[in-house]
Amino acid sequence: MLILSCPNCGERNVSEFRFGGENSPRPQSPMAASEAEWAEYLYLRANKMEGVQVEWWYHQAGCGLWFLAERDWVANEVVRTYTWEGVCVASASETEAHDS
Amino acid sequence: MALKLIRQALNRHRPPPRMWRVQPLKKRYDVVIIGGGAHGLACAHYLAKDHGVTDVAVLEKSYIGSGGSGRNTAIIRANYLTPEGVRFYHQSVKLYEDLTGELDFNVMFSQRGHLTLAHTDGDVRTMRRRAEVNRLQGVDSRLVWPEELVRLCPLLDLSQHPRYPILAALYHPPGGIIRHDAVVWGYAHQADLGGAHIHQQTEVTDIDAGNGSTVQGVQTTRGYVETGTVLNATAGWGSTLAAMVGLELPMETFPLQACVTEPLKPFLDPVIVSGSLHVYVSQSDRGELVMGASIDPYASYSQDSSLDFLEGIAGHVLELFPFLGKARILRQWAGLCEMPPDFSPLMGKTPVGGFLLDVGWGTYGFKASPICGKTMAALIASGETPDLIAPFRLSRFAELDLVGEKGAASVGH
Ligand SMILES: Cc1cc2nc3c(=O)[nH]c(=O)nc-3n(C[C@H](O)[C@H](O)[C@H](O)COP(=O)(O)OP(=O)(O)OC[C@H]3O[C@@H](n4cnc5c(N)ncnc54)[C@H](O)[C@@H]3O)c2cc1C
Ligand SMILES: [Zn+2]
Repeated sequence: MLILSCPNCGERNVSEFRFGGENSPRPQSPMAASEAEWAEYLYLRANKMEGVQVEWWYHQAGCGLWFLAERDWVANEVVRTYTWEGVCVASASETEAHDS
Repeated sequence: MALKLIRQALNRHRPPPRMWRVQPLKKRYDVVIIGGGAHGLACAHYLAKDHGVTDVAVLEKSYIGSGGSGRNTAIIRANYLTPEGVRFYHQSVKLYEDLTGELDFNVMFSQRGHLTLAHTDGDVRTMRRRAEVNRLQGVDSRLVWPEELVRLCPLLDLSQHPRYPILAALYHPPGGIIRHDAVVWGYAHQADLGGAHIHQQTEVTDIDAGNGSTVQGVQTTRGYVETGTVLNATAGWGSTLAAMVGLELPMETFPLQACVTEPLKPFLDPVIVSGSLHVYVSQSDRGELVMGASIDPYASYSQDSSLDFLEGIAGHVLELFPFLGKARILRQWAGLCEMPPDFSPLMGKTPVGGFLLDVGWGTYGFKASPICGKTMAALIASGETPDLIAPFRLSRFAELDLVGEKGAASVGH
């Protein structure tokens, strides 16, 4: 099972967390943003196969923190996790791609 | 069909000719279809058959049917939630009904009926709404209660013992299952006869959109191919192809898993879906139970299968059919599903000239293969977007005009 490091709680099974999707930056000035900019923020995703994606996670069965992770979407390897202020409490958790 | 079988049996030249030929990769095609799944191959077939467009290449990075088209659980139905969705999938079911004749190849479409179970009052309300929307669009769907469910599926646990007892179901008689490989091969066969070139082991690595406004050609692992029209029919990989012309799409790719049991005596006629239990099950012609669930809990391009999934599905199937406790799992697999936020596809034109989409098929796109092939072929041949697929245009997101199908598509594929 994928192991994620919650910046508060440390390493836990992925089943404790809820995936919150790829990080998509909010328009800088919400009041001035056009509809196209809102649609881009709400819906458009890079959904890249290569490299590492930045994504949101929610520690649902734990401390309730929303935090960020960098993960390879092909190998399912988490490179690091950190809080939204950019504080990287835990880094480079080991992960395990599993087969059954 | 029967006559042909006899003729083939008496024929001394065996094996029969190949279903599709290996052709040289030309330097130029009028139309390049990326992705050799049921969607891409169906489009190639209808381009030739309906419109006489024959200078067509289907480029497939692996073997045809290696994506979702060869991994799905083959459920065909039209009992969706929105009028746009119901109308569209209804046309697809109608095409499937005649497909064995059209392709001259037995696709074994078995319209055994489809039941979506309701375990809560909220479920019952959703089913009633779907039944009414379906009926308004001329689709056969109705709410059935336990008295009738016993007759439709005698071995289903209708007692009060389970944690979520079954209250009612949405019954959709024309729904059923099909032999998915036959659909892929049959379309490939007819596309080949129609003149299209099917190139396996040919991966598109870049798309040349000139100065960013119009498609000029595609770069492949076997060389450059010139073309003015590219159809992106790569399902789970759709975002990677769109990125080649600088487009981001509203979708994220998730794995979806399924499994089959060892063959059992036939006991299950209809397809059974339970959204509350996150499970669906049908019995194949070989007697195997084909079972699936919702997508994996996080986005990924990995096609690994997991023990989590197996544990979850085993538990849920036992709530429906407790006597299956000793049935053994034969195999398990995963495929990639590109999920749009409204569970409706992305079809048609894009801001890049000549770059067309047929993606966003999530966990539910196999049933749409014939109508997608037909409508995308019409769009390519005429340049006009058919009314049937206009609601699924990419620009609906910027216009905030979504087609919400989650209630009918998130578990029952
Ligand atoms: C487990 C599972 C169960 C499902 N159950 C159902 C169901 O019951 N009913 C239903 O209607 N749908 C179901 N689906 C969804 C369905 O399988 C898909 O929506 C459908 O098969 C998509 O078909 P397609 O032809 O568009 O894509 P695919 O069949 O996925 O074909 C896309 C092809 O593009 C190729 N490709 C990718 N990138 C490139 C490139 N760069 N160059 C060249 N080729 C490339 C891939 O190799 C692939 O063969 C299920 C899916 C899964 C995984
Ligand atoms: Zn925590």
